[in-house]
Amino acid sequence: MSIDRNGKGKAKFDQLQAFIEEMRLEPGALMPVMQKAQEIFGYLPEEVQRFVAEGLGVTLSEVYGVATFYSQFVLEEQGEHVIGVCMGTACYVKGSQAILDRLAGELKVEVGKTTPDGKFTLNATRCLGCCGLAPVMMIGDEVFGRLTPDDIPGIVAKFR
Amino acid sequence: MDLYRSHVMVCGGTGCTSSGSVELIRLFEEGIGQAGLEKEVRVVRTGCFGLCEMGPIVIVYPEGAFYARITPENVDEIVQEHLLKGRIVKRLLVSDAVKEDDTIKSLDEVDFYKKQKRVALRNCGVVDPERIDEYIAFDGYKALAKALTEMQPQEVIDVVKASGLRGRGGAGFPTGTKWQFTRNAVGDKKYVCCNADEGDPGAFMDRSVLEGDPHAVIEAMALAAYAIGADQGYIYVRAEYPIAVKRLQIAIGQAREYGLLGKNILDTGFDFDLDIRLGAGAFVCGEETALMNSIEGKRGEPRPRPPFPANKGLFGKPTVLNNVETYANIAQIILNGADWFASMGTEKSKGTKVFALGGKINNTGLVEIPMGTTLREIIYDIGGGIPGGKAFKAAQTGGPSGGCIPVSCLDVSIDYDSLIEIGSMMGSGGMIVMDEDNCMVDIARFFLDFTVDESCGKCPPCRIGTRRMLEILERIVEGKGEEGDIEKLETLAKNIKAAALCGLGQTAPNPVLSTLQYFRDEYEAHIYEKRCPAGHCKSLLQYTIDEEKCTGCSLCSRICPVGAISGEVRKSFTIDQSKCIKCGACMEKCRFAAISRK
Repeated sequence: MSIDRNGKGKAKFDQLQAFIEEMRLEPGALMPVMQKAQEIFGYLPEEVQRFVAEGLGVTLSEVYGVATFYSQFVLEEQGEHVIGVCMGTACYVKGSQAILDRLAGELKVEVGKTTPDGKFTLNATRCLGCCGLAPVMMIGDEVFGRLTPDDIPGIVAKFR
Repeated sequence: MDLYRSHVMVCGGTGCTSSGSVELIRLFEEGIGQAGLEKEVRVVRTGCFGLCEMGPIVIVYPEGAFYARITPENVDEIVQEHLLKGRIVKRLLVSDAVKEDDTIKSLDEVDFYKKQKRVALRNCGVVDPERIDEYIAFDGYKALAKALTEMQPQEVIDVVKASGLRGRGGAGFPTGTKWQFTRNAVGDKKYVCCNADEGDPGAFMDRSVLEGDPHAVIEAMALAAYAIGADQGYIYVRAEYPIAVKRLQIAIGQAREYGLLGKNILDTGFDFDLDIRLGAGAFVCGEETALMNSIEGKRGEPRPRPPFPANKGLFGKPTVLNNVETYANIAQIILNGADWFASMGTEKSKGTKVFALGGKINNTGLVEIPMGTTLREIIYDIGGGIPGGKAFKAAQTGGPSGGCIPVSCLDVSIDYDSLIEIGSMMGSGGMIVMDEDNCMVDIARFFLDFTVDESCGKCPPCRIGTRRMLEILERIVEGKGEEGDIEKLETLAKNIKAAALCGLGQTAPNPVLSTLQYFRDEYEAHIYEKRCPAGHCKSLLQYTIDEEKCTGCSLCSRICPVGAISGEVRKSFTIDQSKCIKCGACMEKCRFAAISRK
């Protein structure tokens, strides 16, 4: 994906610019703007952070500081399917570590990383709040509950 | 307004949505249409009913028939039998809903609800959260109207004070006192904030209130604003809660449309408006000063207190910050009076508390109980006990700031002070049940791993101290524990509690301290005997094959992913311990129960 603000990515930068204009006078606009930027670009590369800093008149270090503080902001491009295995307490006591280990083995990828083909990003996430379905994982927006490690290959196959 | 003879309430909370309730709503509407009942029966997508374990849940009124674990295949039968012919499909009801005389129990007679008292959750599962009219029909915004037209701001505070309501976020500070401080503070501008950054793993009460009854929070924030003299509010909500965010947005829009938010509310000259701010995944933002930094668009690092938010909060102005569940009680207190609220609960903990019951328990879900109910009643009477005939080991409350409550304390009264006394805390309401298979040292490690990851890094006791504790715990579960480790943990814990800047650091050692208090023998077994009594810690386990039972079928050696099992077919096999990764696949697949784990 191009992140050149004058090249192919222009439409996206224009969209972000419009949002910055709208929010500029709001107190505490930085986080909503960064959330919008991530929604538009999928992640926050340096060029986008620089654009936000210029747009709101704050320093790049402030933007970078916020981007690295919150786990929701990502600085690297994510895979086509982002898998989040819930590591909340309820899921953990019901064996979500085994689910995560099985996924790491099945996809041959480390937790927190993306597969070389760009298909999957594997994350361990905070409590997803579906404790009644523990252990739980999400692929994109879809929730899979009451999992056993043996369910994993079948579910992953649907997204390959 | 149209009148319907029957209502089909389908749970639209996150748990039931995850198990397919959206599709059920579509199928019900389709089926009801085909049966020509669309003018007689209405399908309502409600908030959480609480019994997530049995989801998706469908309740049909006026009978109050409680259908559990409904699948798309069941919908047609319910439409044809129940809605068309009036015959309840008893086979699909929750298991204890049918009485011996074959009649069905009303909702509050079902075991799960019998001991509950729903105040904060009163509208969850009753109203359609996306329609303000339904909230208003259940006395919604009546408390706001009463306060604005009949009460002075100070009177509102006096009622909240007299009710004895304490903060439901976990620390239990008296809500009315907090409001009084902020009212007394001098400032040209004041703010009202709502902490909906529910970060405790295993806690989802606040989300269920926002999803099931968003107007209750909005009304309470308007009441708080009137009481302290604010005209602007912020709800800080986790971005991980998309359904809650969407319903809040809808609710705020409707409230503005009805003139219940904005300028000159109910023609009384009172102005108040609300905005939503999304969190971005930082546990520390549940701490009040960190949350305010985050609303200001900064890194969510806590600030030293004093000054307290009541004097210098958001954007440096006097600010009241309360948790979602605290707000969910306010309108009822104003309407029914302080005495009504204070009649529930114990001497120092009034009212009810919502818990998210999870882990090794039969009825996972959301329960609201009067303060003073015992843990035993929650686990066995409401929660239905431990699945699989296993033994109860501990209940964890208070998340990463709390502790584990052992069997010996099962009769503890659930209130702020009793829980502190036994080394745990109320917390925001997560309650995770553990059985004999859970290792308490590993649970302590799990929580420290969480805290280390979520420590903001501002103060050294938390940033460095929790990491040192985690390193020791990791060594212990890996079988490399040494003499003196327990003492080191205790010293570190004491110092971190005394020196950390904010609540996150000050409470971070609690999971270790409480497990040391009640499960010291497990720590000792790991350190001195290199043994995990629960059979959980992989490094301390050994899988062996019983020669007598082994038939030499070779299945295990074919399944072993690392080639650690060898032997001769039709004779006995053995496991090479140096290669074994302790995945347990062999034991699971052995048809002769010849493999055991120690």
